[in-house]
Amino acid sequence: MTGLERYAAPQSLDEALGILQQGEVTILAGGTDLMPQTKAGRIAFKPTLMNIGRVAGLKGVTLDGGHLRIAALTTISELLRDPLVAQHAPVLAEACDHFASDQIRNAGTLGGNINNASPAGDTLVPLIVLDAEVELASKPNGSVSTRRMPLAEFFTGPGRTKRAGNELLTAVRIPLPKPGHVARFYKFGTRPALDISTISIGIAGIKRDGALTDTRVAFGAVAPTPVRAPRTEAALEGRRLDSDAIEAAAGAARDEVNPIDDVRASAWYRKELIHNMTKRMLDHVAQA
Amino acid sequence: MLLKHDIEFTLNGVTKRLTVDVTMNALDLLRDVVGLTGTKYGCGEGECGACTIRVDGETRNSCLMFAVDFDGRDIVTIEGLAADPKADALRESFVEHGAVQCGFCTPGMVMQASHILDAHPDADAETIKRGLEGNLCRCTGYKKIVDAVESACCGGR
Repeated sequence: MTGLERYAAPQSLDEALGILQQGEVTILAGGTDLMPQTKAGRIAFKPTLMNIGRVAGLKGVTLDGGHLRIAALTTISELLRDPLVAQHAPVLAEACDHFASDQIRNAGTLGGNINNASPAGDTLVPLIVLDAEVELASKPNGSVSTRRMPLAEFFTGPGRTKRAGNELLTAVRIPLPKPGHVARFYKFGTRPALDISTISIGIAGIKRDGALTDTRVAFGAVAPTPVRAPRTEAALEGRRLDSDAIEAAAGAARDEVNPIDDVRASAWYRKELIHNMTKRMLDHVAQA
Repeated sequence: MLLKHDIEFTLNGVTKRLTVDVTMNALDLLRDVVGLTGTKYGCGEGECGACTIRVDGETRNSCLMFAVDFDGRDIVTIEGLAADPKADALRESFVEHGAVQCGFCTPGMVMQASHILDAHPDADAETIKRGLEGNLCRCTGYKKIVDAVESACCGGR
């Protein structure tokens, strides 16, 4: 029925990377995406199913130099109540509060939400505007090596990323916010719980003298991947957040996204949402 | 050919050793292999909460969990909660408030309610509603369920 030949539940990163090095592997963490996707036939099992839930050291939030480091198996519930996340990345905690339901937050992991690579993944837009990078480990020549990549560059399509077959996403790193840093997240859905975003918006930057610099804008559910919005960012960068600047940025946002019609909304409606909600969020940033 | 794996876990306080198909979900294991049918199959995709169980203390949708991932874990189902004197107040409160109509969502509602009350012993109605947002009921309109949980939480204040 399936092409499954082997099940493995490694206890250490070294062991897990060794298994990944041997061939085609489906990785299981919380299972909340993998179970329905495999059951519906949208994803086929590779010959090895590897459950990483028992790998030591892949859980928890720590400070690592100038970064907040979130290990991949940290669940959405754990992020929601973590004091370091509340202090240094409150916009991520806010996104976790809009995430599915308590039962799914208790099971789903941050690494899983990233690797599932849904254009509507709830944590992805806030992580992108926080300049998060992913840490990918592999063991190509018998010893563990690690590379890092900005999350904004990680996604290549729905369900597809730049993670190589022999790599494991071990952590997410977020630079600690500089003074004046502001970040906002907005998710539109028809009910608060268990809804997949119709659109989502993240905005961040350093606010000084009424203007944003280091501006980051990202959108979810308007393209095959979550996307940065460079023209919207350029319309805001360094400009005083008056009504002209805000309207120009909201207009740039509407022109910049290219959503599809689907069961959740028409493309037209999504573009209007992006315009109106970007404007509202920038009004709030200006007044804050 | 189905790939099998041996697992050992605690189910409602009793150690279980089983051989499971690695693609099987935990709900099918509980209902069809172990024979505990209190945990309900509603939607099969994590939207309705009828299959809610406790895994190492946290509530999860058993339909979204791989049965093989039970290995080494402490599992509590509605049958286990029913035998727990700590849950008496919650169970009686559901009865008193008429929070059960057809009863299909009830095991999941009670499991999730017990989790909310463990985390927030003084939960107000808003906290209870947020906590139950992953559990659907198609009969009562929720008010009696929320009232039942609120009343149980403060020992019927």
